[in-house]
Amino acid sequence: MQDQPGPDELLGSVIDFLRETVVPEAKPRTAFQARVAASALELVWRQMEFGAAGEAVEKQRLIGLLDANGSLEDLNKQLADALASGTLGLATPGLVEHLRATTLEKLAVDQPNYSGYRAALPGEAEPRKEG
Amino acid sequence: MAAAAKAGVPVAEVMHVLSPEDGLGHGFIMRFVEGETLGGRIVKSDHLRAARQTLAFECGETLARLHRIPAGDFPTLARATPAELVERTRIVYARTTIRRPVFDLAFRWLTDNAPPVPAEPKLVHGDFRNGNLMIGPDGLRAVLDWELAHVGDPMEDLGWICVNSWRFGRIDLPVGGFGTLDDLLAGYELISGSRLDRSAVHWWEVYGTIRWGAICAASVEAFRGEDATMERAMIARRTSETEIDLLRLIAS
Repeated sequence: MQDQPGPDELLGSVIDFLRETVVPEAKPRTAFQARVAASALELVWRQMEFGAAGEAVEKQRLIGLLDANGSLEDLNKQLADALASGTLGLATPGLVEHLRATTLEKLAVDQPNYSGYRAALPGEAEPRKEG
Repeated sequence: MAAAAKAGVPVAEVMHVLSPEDGLGHGFIMRFVEGETLGGRIVKSDHLRAARQTLAFECGETLARLHRIPAGDFPTLARATPAELVERTRIVYARTTIRRPVFDLAFRWLTDNAPPVPAEPKLVHGDFRNGNLMIGPDGLRAVLDWELAHVGDPMEDLGWICVNSWRFGRIDLPVGGFGTLDDLLAGYELISGSRLDRSAVHWWEVYGTIRWGAICAASVEAFRGEDATMERAMIARRTSETEIDLLRLIAS
Protein backbone atom coordinates (compact mmCIF):
# COMPACT_ATOMS: atom_id res chain seq x y z
CA MET A 1 0.00 0.00 0.00
CA GLN A 2 1.49 3.31 -0.97
CA ASP A 3 -1.21 5.92 -0.63
CA GLN A 4 -0.16 9.17 0.96
CA PRO A 5 0.07 10.77 3.46
CA GLY A 6 1.64 7.78 5.21
CA PRO A 7 0.94 6.51 8.73
CA ASP A 8 3.76 8.57 10.26
CA GLU A 9 2.39 11.77 8.77
CA LEU A 10 -1.15 10.98 9.92
CA LEU A 11 0.10 10.23 13.42
CA GLY A 12 2.06 13.48 13.47
CA SER A 13 -1.02 15.38 12.45
CA VAL A 14 -3.14 13.81 15.23
CA ILE A 15 -0.38 14.45 17.81
CA ASP A 16 -0.25 18.12 16.78
CA PHE A 17 -4.04 18.37 17.03
CA LEU A 18 -4.01 16.91 20.55
CA ARG A 19 -1.17 19.13 21.80
CA GLU A 20 -2.04 22.38 20.03
CA THR A 21 -5.84 22.32 20.02
CA VAL A 22 -7.24 19.88 22.57
CA VAL A 23 -4.82 20.56 25.44
CA PRO A 24 -5.32 24.37 25.49
CA GLU A 25 -9.10 24.20 24.96
CA ALA A 26 -10.14 21.23 27.11
CA LYS A 27 -11.00 21.07 30.81
CA PRO A 28 -8.03 20.02 33.00
CA ARG A 29 -8.91 16.30 33.20
CA THR A 30 -9.42 16.00 29.44
CA ALA A 31 -6.32 18.08 28.76
CA PHE A 32 -4.30 15.66 30.90
CA GLN A 33 -5.71 12.69 29.01
CA ALA A 34 -4.98 14.40 25.68
CA ARG A 35 -1.33 14.74 26.77
CA VAL A 36 -1.23 11.04 27.65
CA ALA A 37 -2.84 10.25 24.28
CA ALA A 38 -0.23 12.31 22.41
CA SER A 39 2.55 10.49 24.32
CA ALA A 40 0.99 7.13 23.44
CA LEU A 41 0.89 8.06 19.74
CA GLU A 42 4.51 9.20 19.85
CA LEU A 43 5.40 5.81 21.32
CA VAL A 44 3.53 4.11 18.46
CA TRP A 45 5.45 6.28 16.00
CA ARG A 46 8.79 5.29 17.56
CA GLN A 47 7.81 1.62 17.52
CA MET A 48 6.93 1.84 13.82
CA GLU A 49 10.24 3.56 13.20
CA PHE A 50 12.68 1.46 15.32
CA GLY A 51 10.74 -1.60 16.53
CA ALA A 52 11.42 -4.07 13.71
CA ALA A 53 15.15 -3.29 13.51
CA GLY A 54 15.49 -3.71 17.28
CA GLU A 55 13.73 -7.06 17.26
CA ALA A 56 15.93 -8.33 14.41
CA VAL A 57 19.20 -7.62 16.23
CA GLU A 58 17.75 -8.90 19.52
CA LYS A 59 16.91 -12.19 17.82
CA GLN A 60 20.38 -12.50 16.26
CA ARG A 61 22.00 -11.98 19.67
CA LEU A 62 19.67 -14.54 21.30
CA ILE A 63 20.51 -17.13 18.64
CA GLY A 64 24.22 -16.61 19.35
CA LEU A 65 23.80 -16.65 23.12
CA LEU A 66 21.58 -19.74 23.30
CA ASP A 67 22.88 -21.61 20.25
CA ALA A 68 19.22 -22.27 19.40
CA ASN A 69 16.61 -20.99 16.98
CA GLY A 70 12.92 -20.13 17.25
CA SER A 71 10.58 -17.18 17.48
CA LEU A 72 11.62 -14.12 19.48
CA GLU A 73 9.09 -15.14 22.13
CA ASP A 74 10.48 -18.71 22.34
CA LEU A 75 14.08 -17.53 22.52
CA ASN A 76 13.28 -15.04 25.29
CA LYS A 77 11.47 -17.78 27.20
CA GLN A 78 14.53 -20.04 26.87
CA LEU A 79 16.83 -17.28 28.10
CA ALA A 80 14.51 -16.39 30.98
CA ASP A 81 14.30 -20.04 32.06
CA ALA A 82 18.09 -20.38 31.93
CA LEU A 83 18.55 -17.24 34.03
CA ALA A 84 15.90 -18.34 36.55
CA SER A 85 17.54 -21.74 37.00
CA GLY A 86 21.06 -20.29 37.08
CA THR A 87 22.24 -22.25 33.99
CA LEU A 88 23.17 -18.83 32.57
CA GLY A 89 24.01 -15.80 34.69
CA LEU A 90 26.01 -12.61 35.12
CA ALA A 91 29.26 -14.49 34.37
CA THR A 92 28.02 -15.77 30.98
CA PRO A 93 30.04 -14.06 28.19
CA GLY A 94 27.87 -11.62 26.26
CA LEU A 95 24.87 -11.97 28.57
CA VAL A 96 24.95 -8.57 30.25
CA GLU A 97 25.81 -6.88 26.94
CA HIS A 98 22.77 -8.54 25.34
CA LEU A 99 20.40 -7.57 28.15
CA ARG A 100 21.66 -4.00 28.19
CA ALA A 101 21.37 -3.63 24.40
CA THR A 102 17.87 -5.12 24.39
CA THR A 103 16.71 -2.89 27.23
CA LEU A 104 18.12 0.21 25.54
CA GLU A 105 16.30 -0.78 22.33
CA LYS A 106 13.04 -1.05 24.30
CA LEU A 107 13.56 2.29 26.03
CA ALA A 108 14.33 4.04 22.73
CA VAL A 109 10.70 3.21 21.93
CA ASP A 110 9.05 3.24 25.37
CA GLN A 111 10.60 6.14 27.35
CA PRO A 112 13.54 7.85 25.63
CA ASN A 113 13.54 10.67 28.20
CA TYR A 114 13.91 8.36 31.21
CA SER A 115 16.90 9.29 33.40
CA GLY A 116 18.06 5.67 33.66
CA TYR A 117 18.04 5.41 29.85
CA ARG A 118 19.96 8.65 29.30
CA ALA A 119 22.54 7.60 31.90
CA ALA A 120 23.01 4.17 30.28
CA LEU A 121 23.55 5.46 26.75
CA PRO A 122 27.14 5.04 25.58
CA GLY A 123 29.14 8.23 25.92
CA GLU A 124 26.61 9.90 28.20
CA ALA A 125 28.15 12.76 30.19
CA GLU A 126 28.19 12.74 33.99
CA PRO A 127 24.77 13.54 35.42
CA ARG A 128 24.38 17.15 36.50
CA LYS A 129 24.80 18.05 40.16
CA GLU A 130 22.21 19.93 42.16
CA GLY A 131 22.66 23.69 41.75
CA MET B 1 -0.29 6.67 62.82
CA ALA B 2 -0.93 7.77 66.40
CA ALA B 3 1.93 5.48 67.47
CA ALA B 4 4.16 7.03 64.78
CA ALA B 5 3.32 10.54 65.97
CA LYS B 6 4.17 9.53 69.54
CA ALA B 7 7.54 8.18 68.32
CA GLY B 8 8.35 11.55 66.73
CA VAL B 9 7.39 10.81 63.11
CA PRO B 10 5.63 13.80 61.51
CA VAL B 11 2.09 12.78 60.47
CA ALA B 12 -1.21 14.51 59.85
CA GLU B 13 -2.97 14.22 63.19
CA VAL B 14 -6.00 11.91 63.25
CA MET B 15 -8.87 14.05 64.59
CA HIS B 16 -11.72 11.60 64.40
CA VAL B 17 -12.20 7.95 63.46
CA LEU B 18 -15.52 7.47 61.66
CA SER B 19 -18.14 5.38 63.41
CA PRO B 20 -21.26 3.76 61.87
CA GLU B 21 -23.40 6.63 63.29
CA ASP B 22 -21.49 9.10 61.10
CA GLY B 23 -23.00 7.43 58.04
CA LEU B 24 -19.82 8.03 55.99
CA GLY B 25 -18.44 4.50 55.81
CA HIS B 26 -14.97 3.50 57.09
CA GLY B 27 -12.28 6.10 57.48
CA PHE B 28 -10.92 8.90 59.58
CA ILE B 29 -10.54 12.64 59.47
CA MET B 30 -7.07 14.19 59.67
CA ARG B 31 -5.87 17.68 60.47
CA PHE B 32 -4.99 19.81 57.42
CA VAL B 33 -1.25 20.01 56.72
CA GLU B 34 0.03 22.40 54.09
CA GLY B 35 2.91 21.45 51.83
CA GLU B 36 4.09 19.96 48.54
CA THR B 37 3.63 16.27 47.76
CA LEU B 38 4.29 16.17 43.99
CA GLY B 39 7.69 14.53 43.58
CA GLY B 40 8.62 16.45 40.44
CA ARG B 41 8.13 19.76 42.26
CA ILE B 42 9.92 18.58 45.39
CA VAL B 43 13.10 17.90 43.40
CA LYS B 44 12.89 21.18 41.41
CA SER B 45 11.01 23.99 43.19
CA ASP B 46 13.10 27.00 44.13
CA HIS B 47 11.17 27.58 47.35
CA LEU B 48 12.17 24.07 48.56
CA ARG B 49 15.86 24.47 47.78
CA ALA B 50 16.87 24.92 51.43
CA ALA B 51 14.63 22.03 52.53
CA ARG B 52 16.30 19.71 49.99
CA GLN B 53 19.73 20.26 51.58
CA THR B 54 18.71 18.44 54.76
CA LEU B 55 15.78 16.32 53.58
CA ALA B 56 17.64 13.02 53.12
CA PHE B 57 19.16 13.34 56.60
CA GLU B 58 15.70 14.14 57.99
CA CYS B 59 14.22 11.11 56.21
CA GLY B 60 16.90 8.95 57.84
CA GLU B 61 16.12 10.34 61.30
CA THR B 62 12.39 9.87 60.71
CA LEU B 63 12.74 6.24 59.60
CA ALA B 64 14.97 5.44 62.59
CA ARG B 65 12.29 6.86 64.91
CA LEU B 66 9.58 4.88 63.12
CA HIS B 67 11.61 1.69 63.37
CA ARG B 68 11.97 2.10 67.16
CA ILE B 69 8.25 1.49 67.66
CA PRO B 70 7.82 -2.01 69.11
CA ALA B 71 6.41 -4.25 66.36
CA GLY B 72 4.65 -6.28 69.04
CA ASP B 73 2.18 -3.39 69.42
CA PHE B 74 0.71 -4.33 66.04
CA PRO B 75 -0.38 -7.97 66.19
CA THR B 76 -2.86 -7.52 63.31
CA LEU B 77 -0.36 -6.15 60.76
CA ALA B 78 0.95 -8.53 58.08
CA ARG B 79 4.40 -10.01 58.63
CA ALA B 80 6.69 -11.16 55.83
CA THR B 81 10.30 -12.30 55.48
CA PRO B 82 12.47 -10.95 52.65
CA ALA B 83 12.16 -14.29 50.80
CA GLU B 84 8.36 -14.22 51.09
CA LEU B 85 8.22 -10.69 49.67
CA VAL B 86 10.41 -11.73 46.73
CA GLU B 87 8.19 -14.74 46.09
CA ARG B 88 5.05 -12.59 46.19
CA THR B 89 6.52 -10.24 43.57
CA ARG B 90 7.75 -13.16 41.46
CA ILE B 91 4.17 -14.49 41.35
CA VAL B 92 2.90 -11.08 40.13
CA TYR B 93 5.51 -11.29 37.33
CA ALA B 94 4.75 -14.97 36.56
CA ARG B 95 1.11 -14.07 35.89
CA THR B 96 2.03 -11.48 33.23
CA THR B 97 1.89 -12.27 29.53
CA ILE B 98 5.52 -12.02 28.44
CA ARG B 99 8.88 -13.19 29.77
CA ARG B 100 11.46 -10.56 30.66
CA PRO B 101 14.92 -12.11 31.01
CA VAL B 102 16.14 -9.12 33.07
CA PHE B 103 13.46 -9.89 35.66
CA ASP B 104 14.45 -13.57 35.83
CA LEU B 105 18.09 -12.55 36.31
CA ALA B 106 17.09 -10.08 39.06
CA PHE B 107 14.87 -12.58 40.89
CA ARG B 108 17.73 -15.07 40.85
CA TRP B 109 20.08 -12.37 42.18
CA LEU B 110 17.63 -11.47 44.95
CA THR B 111 17.35 -15.12 45.99
CA ASP B 112 21.13 -15.71 45.88
CA ASN B 113 21.87 -12.53 47.86
CA ALA B 114 18.90 -12.42 50.25
CA PRO B 115 19.55 -10.88 53.66
CA PRO B 116 18.90 -13.07 56.71
CA VAL B 117 15.44 -12.97 58.26
CA PRO B 118 15.69 -10.05 60.71
CA ALA B 119 16.20 -11.17 64.30
CA GLU B 120 13.96 -8.32 65.41
CA PRO B 121 11.28 -7.48 62.81
CA LYS B 122 10.16 -3.83 62.92
CA LEU B 123 7.17 -1.74 61.96
CA VAL B 124 7.83 -0.85 58.29
CA HIS B 125 5.98 1.99 56.53
CA GLY B 126 6.02 0.08 53.23
CA ASP B 127 5.62 3.07 50.87
CA PHE B 128 8.07 5.68 52.21
CA ARG B 129 9.10 7.51 49.03
CA ASN B 130 9.11 10.88 47.31
CA GLY B 131 5.43 11.31 46.46
CA ASN B 132 4.19 10.18 49.87
CA LEU B 133 6.04 12.88 51.82
CA MET B 134 4.64 16.35 52.44
CA ILE B 135 7.42 18.92 52.24
CA GLY B 136 7.49 22.58 53.23
CA PRO B 137 10.30 25.15 53.05
CA ASP B 138 11.24 24.01 56.58
CA GLY B 139 11.51 20.32 55.58
CA LEU B 140 9.47 17.17 56.16
CA ARG B 141 6.00 18.04 57.46
CA ALA B 142 4.12 14.75 57.22
CA VAL B 143 4.59 11.14 56.17
CA LEU B 144 1.50 10.03 54.23
CA ASP B 145 -0.08 6.83 52.89
CA TRP B 146 0.30 4.34 55.70
CA GLU B 147 -1.91 1.61 54.23
CA LEU B 148 1.05 -0.62 53.24
CA ALA B 149 2.49 -0.64 56.78
CA HIS B 150 3.62 -4.09 57.87
CA VAL B 151 6.11 -5.86 60.12
CA GLY B 152 9.41 -6.87 58.57
CA ASP B 153 12.98 -5.82 57.80
CA PRO B 154 13.36 -2.06 58.46
CA MET B 155 15.93 -1.75 55.64
CA GLU B 156 13.01 -2.16 53.22
CA ASP B 157 12.00 1.49 53.84
CA LEU B 158 15.55 2.74 53.16
CA GLY B 159 15.87 0.82 49.90
CA TRP B 160 12.41 1.86 48.67
CA ILE B 161 13.05 5.61 48.86
CA CYS B 162 16.16 5.09 46.67
CA VAL B 163 14.32 3.43 43.76
CA ASN B 164 15.04 5.49 40.63
CA SER B 165 11.36 5.60 39.64
CA TRP B 166 10.82 8.27 42.34
CA ARG B 167 13.91 10.35 41.74
CA PHE B 168 11.97 12.33 39.10
CA GLY B 169 14.87 12.64 36.70
CA ARG B 170 17.55 13.27 39.36
CA ILE B 171 19.31 9.93 39.00
CA ASP B 172 22.38 11.56 40.60
CA LEU B 173 20.55 12.00 43.94
CA PRO B 174 19.60 8.49 45.10
CA VAL B 175 17.32 9.49 47.96
CA GLY B 176 14.08 10.59 46.31
CA GLY B 177 15.94 12.75 43.77
CA PHE B 178 16.77 15.25 46.53
CA GLY B 179 19.60 13.80 48.64
CA THR B 180 22.54 11.45 49.03
CA LEU B 181 22.66 7.98 50.51
CA ASP B 182 25.36 9.16 52.95
CA ASP B 183 22.96 11.76 54.37
CA LEU B 184 20.10 9.26 54.67
CA LEU B 185 22.31 6.76 56.51
CA ALA B 186 23.90 9.46 58.71
CA GLY B 187 20.46 10.64 59.87
CA TYR B 188 19.38 7.07 60.55
CA GLU B 189 22.56 6.16 62.40
CA LEU B 190 22.39 9.31 64.55
CA ILE B 191 18.99 8.29 65.95
CA SER B 192 19.40 4.50 65.98
CA GLY B 193 22.94 4.56 67.33
CA SER B 194 23.96 1.61 65.17
CA ARG B 195 25.88 1.30 61.90
CA LEU B 196 23.94 0.29 58.82
CA ASP B 197 24.96 -2.29 56.26
CA ARG B 198 24.99 -0.56 52.86
CA SER B 199 24.71 -3.87 51.02
CA ALA B 200 21.38 -4.51 52.78
CA VAL B 201 20.03 -1.14 51.62
CA HIS B 202 21.23 -2.00 48.10
CA TRP B 203 19.42 -5.37 48.20
CA TRP B 204 16.20 -3.63 49.20
CA GLU B 205 16.63 -1.08 46.41
CA VAL B 206 16.86 -3.95 43.92
CA TYR B 207 13.79 -5.54 45.50
CA GLY B 208 11.92 -2.20 45.40
CA THR B 209 12.80 -1.71 41.74
CA ILE B 210 11.43 -5.09 40.70
CA ARG B 211 8.40 -4.68 42.98
CA TRP B 212 7.46 -1.53 41.04
CA GLY B 213 8.49 -3.22 37.77
CA ALA B 214 6.15 -6.16 38.37
CA ILE B 215 3.30 -3.73 39.09
CA CYS B 216 4.01 -1.96 35.78
CA ALA B 217 4.19 -5.28 33.91
CA ALA B 218 0.91 -6.43 35.46
CA SER B 219 -0.76 -3.24 34.19
CA VAL B 220 -1.16 -4.92 30.80
CA GLU B 221 -3.80 -7.26 32.22
CA ALA B 222 -5.45 -4.44 34.17
CA PHE B 223 -5.60 -2.38 30.95
CA ARG B 224 -7.20 -5.27 29.09
CA GLY B 225 -9.61 -5.83 31.98
CA GLU B 226 -10.99 -3.59 34.70
CA ASP B 227 -8.94 -0.43 34.00
CA ALA B 228 -8.99 0.13 30.23
CA THR B 229 -7.48 3.64 30.40
CA MET B 230 -4.64 5.20 28.40
CA GLU B 231 -2.82 5.96 31.66
CA ARG B 232 -2.84 2.27 32.61
CA ALA B 233 -1.59 1.30 29.15
CA MET B 234 1.27 3.78 29.37
CA ILE B 235 2.27 2.58 32.87
CA ALA B 236 2.70 -0.88 31.34
CA ARG B 237 5.13 0.64 28.85
CA ARG B 238 7.26 1.94 31.74
CA THR B 239 8.31 -1.58 32.75
CA SER B 240 11.47 -1.24 30.67
CA GLU B 241 12.51 1.69 32.90
CA THR B 242 12.82 -0.71 35.82
CA GLU B 243 14.75 -3.17 33.64
CA ILE B 244 17.51 -0.64 32.90
CA ASP B 245 17.56 0.30 36.61
CA LEU B 246 17.93 -3.37 37.58
CA LEU B 247 20.85 -3.78 35.19
CA ARG B 248 22.52 -0.68 36.62
CA LEU B 249 22.07 -2.08 40.15
CA ILE B 250 23.18 -5.68 39.66
CA ALA B 251 25.23 -5.82 36.47
CA SER B 252 27.49 -2.79 36.31
